[in-house]
Amino acid sequence: MGIGFSLLIAIVLVLVALLGTSIGLNALFAVVIPYLAFSIFLVGFIARIVKWGRSPVPFRIPTTCGQQKSLDWIKHNEIENPSTKMGVVGRMLLEILCFRSLFRNTRMELREGNKLVFIWEKWLWLAGLLFHWSFFIILFRHLRLFMEPVPSLVELVTTLDGFFGFGMHSLFLTDAFILVAVTYLFIRRVVIPHVKYVSLPADYFPLFLIFGIALSGVLMKYVYRVDMIAVKELTLGLVTFNPVVPQGIGAIFYVHLFLVCVLFMYFPFSKLMHMGGVFLSPTRNLPNDSRAKRHVNPWNYPVKFRTYEEYEDEFRKFMKAMGLPVEKDDSKEKS
Amino acid sequence: MASTPKPEEILKINYKPPRTRWMDTPVEFKPGTFCYGAKPDNLKGLGLPNPREWSPADEDWKLPENWKEILLEGLRERLDRFRSLRVFMDICVRCGACADKCHFFIGSGDPKNMPVLRAELLRSVYRKEFTTAGKILGKIVGARELTEDVVKEWFYYFFQCTECRRCSVFCPYGIDTAELTIIARELLVLLGCHIDWVVASVNNCNRTGNHVGIQPHAFYDTVDMLCDDIEDITGIRIEPTFNRKGAEILFIAPSGDVFGDPGIYTFMGYLMLFHELGLDYTLSTYASEGGNFGLFTSHDMMKKLNAKMYHEAERLGVKWILGGECGHMWRVINQYMDTMNGPADFLEEPVSPITGTKFENAKSTKMVHITEFTADLIRHNKLKLDKSRNDHLKVTFHDSCNPARAMGLFEEPRYIINNVCNNFYEMPENTIREKTFCCGSGSGLNNDEFMEMRMRGGFPRANAVKHVHEKYGVNVLSCVCALDRAAFPPLMHYWVPGVEVSGVHELVGNALVMKGEKEREEDLRGEPLGGMEDDE
Repeated sequence: MGIGFSLLIAIVLVLVALLGTSIGLNALFAVVIPYLAFSIFLVGFIARIVKWGRSPVPFRIPTTCGQQKSLDWIKHNEIENPSTKMGVVGRMLLEILCFRSLFRNTRMELREGNKLVFIWEKWLWLAGLLFHWSFFIILFRHLRLFMEPVPSLVELVTTLDGFFGFGMHSLFLTDAFILVAVTYLFIRRVVIPHVKYVSLPADYFPLFLIFGIALSGVLMKYVYRVDMIAVKELTLGLVTFNPVVPQGIGAIFYVHLFLVCVLFMYFPFSKLMHMGGVFLSPTRNLPNDSRAKRHVNPWNYPVKFRTYEEYEDEFRKFMKAMGLPVEKDDSKEKS
Repeated sequence: MASTPKPEEILKINYKPPRTRWMDTPVEFKPGTFCYGAKPDNLKGLGLPNPREWSPADEDWKLPENWKEILLEGLRERLDRFRSLRVFMDICVRCGACADKCHFFIGSGDPKNMPVLRAELLRSVYRKEFTTAGKILGKIVGARELTEDVVKEWFYYFFQCTECRRCSVFCPYGIDTAELTIIARELLVLLGCHIDWVVASVNNCNRTGNHVGIQPHAFYDTVDMLCDDIEDITGIRIEPTFNRKGAEILFIAPSGDVFGDPGIYTFMGYLMLFHELGLDYTLSTYASEGGNFGLFTSHDMMKKLNAKMYHEAERLGVKWILGGECGHMWRVINQYMDTMNGPADFLEEPVSPITGTKFENAKSTKMVHITEFTADLIRHNKLKLDKSRNDHLKVTFHDSCNPARAMGLFEEPRYIINNVCNNFYEMPENTIREKTFCCGSGSGLNNDEFMEMRMRGGFPRANAVKHVHEKYGVNVLSCVCALDRAAFPPLMHYWVPGVEVSGVHELVGNALVMKGEKEREEDLRGEPLGGMEDDE
């Protein structure tokens, strides 16, 4: 159900964009929806982070993946088991930029009926890394549409990304990577029985959506060329709050833009929020220093425990018989 | 009690997910795969709700009338208290990297033992009740109604998780199933749905000071008997003190080391070491439990039991606390104790009276792990050790889950082992240190009625032991955890016969050359030392 349903939604979205622009609703798709989408994204994203942030972190629960800092002469692993804020920054950078934890991945196999083996499996890591970095670089390249003059760093990244050009056109490596990576992530989800078993429509849908965005972008660049000057007129108009709707940009552009808008609107309500959440994960973003430094739980309330006095009251007789020291000696009181 | 299937039977693991979708696959309470329900007396003893006679296998769980309200209110409260819960409910992308990292999944093939799906059991209800998308779109976004069957499913699978945190090492967002299991169990106990093995232990510990429910005189007697054994082996009489005011150090070990074979040999090791050092320490009958089954019940119960340590340290006027070899005990001490029951400003920053080493890493909790303490002694040449007394042993080391993944205690025990043994062999890289596999019985699941699942869950660990057993002839699995010492003997017997289980300080006790000792012929177990066997 999940795959078909999600695909259907994605196709309907494409048709909506095509239909809408064919009946002249260009202003809706070029101006109203983008503004709406961006607002929903911004408000939704912030609201979600605030919601997370409102819940406190009562305990220090880092997952330690390396030697703790203890005795001076024992080599301590500051990245995998940070003892300071700097260490945490290092750990988080590795996690966010390089997907450190995913890099540990292996695949388990039961061989000859009784031998467990752990097989090298970095494909998920590689595809994940390629996908996210490509997405980021593509997004960064798109800054050229929103800035005039185009910053030199954007130019530089664009040039590097398009270094391996063919003929007249530069071919962006990231375009190829993202399509390959998304395809891999989809195939993996369908082919590996357990991943398929846990997959929800909400897992397939973003893959189709992003594939649609990347594909429409690629088509627009390499096949159905759109009027880039008109596009930039539109995008600059949007960011300067002076929207204009240039004529004759081409339907494929509206498909691309609409899918991007849907992604933005969908983002804050979906698992895509892992982008923000990874920064807030208490098993990763805390130092393992809770024996060296006291941390306060804001809702720490007293819990009644059995005091020594109550304990001795129950067992005093036995304790005395064994010659164990007691606080209250009732035999003396009596005499 | 169900008889446990043979290893050949268990190894026919079917990793193919069922045809029915997981939400439509009801849970089956098969003997050997679930723990008995908490008895009314034990729930009552702790003031926990809904005490009643019941069994998880019953159709009717006798839930309170407003059970749904209780659960949802409980969940809401915890979402507001724990950022971990909120974030972990929202950010999983179901990449599946965690799936084959769980020992229960590897050993059972049950897809609901994949950490991702275990978490979805809770997430699905969260989505339905606490997210707009879930309320409107339902199953499309993985939301479902909270029903009694869901409660049963939670009980079954959150008591098939040992809170070992292995999955959280591999998760790209660090989603920690242990955290979710802790909270789910805390929710279940609101309905009186918990397991007796845990609740009975907590109740015992609350009343008598230790999980096994041993009263002060019996505690004293048992330690005294261990001292007799030490005297037989070494010719030295040790007289440890109890509840002694003014001692420099309070020593707290897991009670399993005092009462259970093979933990007792580790306890003998501690006593011998302290005696040889002339350490000014005392044991306590009141704080006679290092472990904390409260952690497996709720945050409140954890705090309740843990509070005794500081309370007793303050009463006795000691300077600092030394803690024995125990896994989850150290999770509590390292990650919760100071926050829950501190500040311990009546104690001093721990300093080894033998070497003068300041334990800077413990300067706030004032509690030092015994392997940190002993490693420091060895490093400063304060111990006379005869490694050859462990020559009859070929040792491997199991990183216990909690000291590994909630502390990072990797090198201290290894340093000690390498200084007291000549034959030490590591298990394969994917099964040690932060990637260590659980014994399969952690988090209070080490009871007899759960034996089939324990053997399944312990299979990955046992398989790695088997590897070094066959390759190097390893015959001792050492560890720094009392639950391990309780759980491994049957596991080894089942999967790798011929491998004994020991604590690190048992090995220290064997190697420790004591002033005035007689010539040792036996190790702490009364087995002949290497080179002492009869020549045949």
